[in-house]
Amino acid sequence: MFIIKYKKYFLVLSSLLVIASVVLVLTLGLKPAIDFTGGSLIELEMKTLVTEADVLSTKQKAEELLSAPALVQPVGENGILIRTRTLTQGEHEKLLTSFGDVDEKRFDSIGPVIGKELRTKSFWAIGLVIVLIVLYITFAFRKVSKPVSSWKYGLIAVVTLVHDVIVPAGFFALWGYYTGAQMDVLFITAILAILGFSIHDTIVVFDRIRENLRLSGGKESFAIIVGQSLSQTFTRSINTSLTVVLTLLALMLFGGASTKDFALVLLVGIVAGTYSSIFVASPLLVVAESLQKK
Amino acid sequence: MSKSRIGAVVILIIAILLAWGLYASEKATGDGFLAGFKFKLGLDLRGGTQLIYQADVSAIESSEVKNAMEGLRDVIERRVNLFGVSEPVVQVEETGALSGTSGEQRLIVELPGVTNVDQAVKLLGETPLLEFKLLLPVEGTTTQQLVDTGLTGRFLKKAQLQFDQSGGFSGSPSVVLEFNEEGSDLFAKITRENVGKILAIYLDNAPISTPVINEEITGGNAVITGQFTSEEGKILVGRLNSGALPVPIELISTQKIGATLGSQAVDRGVFAGLIGFIIVALFLILWYRLPGLLAVVALCVYVVLMLVLFKLIPVTLTAAGIAGFILSIGMAVDANILIFERMKEELKKNESIDQAMHEGFSRAWPSIRDSNISSMITAVVLFWFGTSLVKGFALTFGIGVLISMFTAITATRMFLYALGRKTFLSQSSAKIKFLFSSGLSK
Repeated sequence: MFIIKYKKYFLVLSSLLVIASVVLVLTLGLKPAIDFTGGSLIELEMKTLVTEADVLSTKQKAEELLSAPALVQPVGENGILIRTRTLTQGEHEKLLTSFGDVDEKRFDSIGPVIGKELRTKSFWAIGLVIVLIVLYITFAFRKVSKPVSSWKYGLIAVVTLVHDVIVPAGFFALWGYYTGAQMDVLFITAILAILGFSIHDTIVVFDRIRENLRLSGGKESFAIIVGQSLSQTFTRSINTSLTVVLTLLALMLFGGASTKDFALVLLVGIVAGTYSSIFVASPLLVVAESLQKK
Repeated sequence: MSKSRIGAVVILIIAILLAWGLYASEKATGDGFLAGFKFKLGLDLRGGTQLIYQADVSAIESSEVKNAMEGLRDVIERRVNLFGVSEPVVQVEETGALSGTSGEQRLIVELPGVTNVDQAVKLLGETPLLEFKLLLPVEGTTTQQLVDTGLTGRFLKKAQLQFDQSGGFSGSPSVVLEFNEEGSDLFAKITRENVGKILAIYLDNAPISTPVINEEITGGNAVITGQFTSEEGKILVGRLNSGALPVPIELISTQKIGATLGSQAVDRGVFAGLIGFIIVALFLILWYRLPGLLAVVALCVYVVLMLVLFKLIPVTLTAAGIAGFILSIGMAVDANILIFERMKEELKKNESIDQAMHEGFSRAWPSIRDSNISSMITAVVLFWFGTSLVKGFALTFGIGVLISMFTAITATRMFLYALGRKTFLSQSSAKIKFLFSSGLSK
C-alpha cells in the first residue's frame, strides 16, 4: 500500500499542516464572539438601503451615547450590525430611540460572567470528549495487544483527533481574518461534533486491522497487514465521509445564515478527519510498531 | 411469508402511518388531539426574548436557597403570565462545578413572540411600588404637602379588575384593592381622620389616582379609578398580585430575535435538509444500486421516526438542532455504507449472495458499534456543555445515532431479506453482481 510505503511524506505533510494551522491561530487569532467575552450585539433593519454614511453615523451615535467603542458593519442590503460592550436596559432603550424609525431584528447582551463560564466549559467539554473517546478505544481494542498494545491505538486516536481539531481552527482563523467571522458557541459545537465524527473512519480502519491480525495469526508483518486493511477500507472511509460532506454542503449553501459558518467549520474538520484517519492514524501505528522493535 | 417480509411490511406501514400523523398534526388547528403535537420551535426560530437573571442568594442560608429560588420562580412566572404569550419558560438553573462559577443561582426566562425587550425587562424585574399619600396643609401656611401614610402595597391581600357598570357600555375599568387585616385597620383609621382630604395613590412614584375621602371606609376595600385602558388595568392588577421578589436579581444576559429572522431560518433549514436528503439518496442509489435503493427507503423511515420523536419528546428545535438533524441524515447511512461495502467484498470472494449478505451485516457490526458509541459520548458531553442552543444540537445528534442504528441495520436488513433470498439465488450470478456491485463497475 502506497500510503504505508510513503508514510514519511504523509506524516511530514500532516505535521506541516498542523504547524501552519497553529501559526495561523497564534498570529491571526480566533476572534471570540460576545458569547465568550460578554458584550452586546444589535442588528437593525433600516427602511432604506444602507449607505456608508449610515454606517458611519450609526457608529458615531452609538459611541457618543455609550462613550465606548462600537464596531458597526452593514449586513445585507438594509441591515446594520452593531457590536459593543454589555448594555444596561436603559442604555439599550436610549440607543434604540436615537436611531429613530428602525426595526430591531436582533439584540443580544451577554454579561461577562456568562462569557467566562462558557470559556471554561468549552475547554472542559473538548478535553472530556477526547479523554473519553481514547478510553473507549483503548477498551474496545483491549484484545489486540500484539504487536502494538491497545493503549497505543488510543493514543494515536488522540493524535489524529488533535490534528482534526487544530486544522479547522487554523482554517477558521484565516476565514475570520477575511470575513470577520467570530468564534461563537456554535464553533465549539462544531469542534465537538468533529471529534465525535472524525473518529469513525479511524475506528473503521483500526477495526479492520484488528480483524486481519486475528486472521493472519502473526504470519505477516504488521506493516503489510496495516497496508492491506487500509486498501480494503479505503472506499468506505471516503464514502461515509462523502455523505456527510454532501449534507454539510447543502446546509452551507442553502441553510440558514446562523449555521453557515458552523457547516463550514464542520466541513473542514470532517475532510481533515477523513484524511487523518487514512494518512495519519495507520502510518503512525506502523511507526509505533517499528519503534517498539528497536 | 417469511419473517423478514412481515417485518418489512410492518415497518413500512408504521412509517407511512406516522408520516401521515406528522402531516396531519402540522395541519391540525384548534384544540384537537393531533394539534397538541406540533413541532416546538426554539426562540431563535419563532422569534422572542430570552433573559437570564443572576439571583443574589448570599443573604440566604444554604438550606433555604432552593425554596427561595422556587419562590422567585413563582413570582416571575406570575409576572410572565401577564404577557399572555404561549409557552413561556421560567426555570431555575444552578451553574455546574465545571463552569468555574460553581453554585450560582440563575433564572432563565424565555418569552416567545415578545420583542420589546426593554418593556419585558421592566415588567419582570421591577416590583410595583404602591403607596398611599395624604395631601395635607402645612401648618401655618396655605400650601399643601404630600405626607406618607404608611399604607403601602405590602398590606395588599389581592387586587382585582372591575368594570364600572354605571358608565354605559364603555365600562371604564377600575382596580379594586383588598387589604389584609392590618391594612384594613390602617385604611379605616386614615380615612376616618382625614375626611374631605385628598388621598393620592402612587404607583412607582407616580400618582395614578387622587380621590377625595368622603367618609370612613371600613371593610378594607379601596378602588382606584385612574385613566387606564382595560389592558393597562389588567397588567396593573397582575403586577400588584404577583408580589415582591423574595430574592434580589440582576439581569446578566439578554437575547432577542425578531420573528422574520426566525422564520427565514426555518424555511432555509427545511430546504437545505431536502436538498441534502436528495443528494445522499442519489448517491446511495447510483453507487450501491439495489441495496442503495433499500437504504434510501430505510433513510425515509429514519427521517419519519426522527420527526415523530421530535414531536413526542418534545424536542425544542433550534437552528443548531435543525443543522444537527441535517448532518445526521448524512451520518445515518454510514452503517449502510459499511455493510454494503463488506457485502461486495464477500461477493468478490465468490461467496453466495446469501452468505455475502449475512457476512456483510455481522462483520461490519463491530466498527458500527464502536463508532456509534464514540458519537454518543460526544452527544452526551455536548448536552451537558449546552446552553439551550447547543442542547438542541446534542439532542438531535444523539437521538439520530440511536435511530440510525435501527434503520440502517435492522430495517435495511429486513428490506433486503424481504426481497427473498430465494429470489436472489434463482437469478443469474451476472444479474446479482450487477445489482449488488457498485460505483463504476459493470
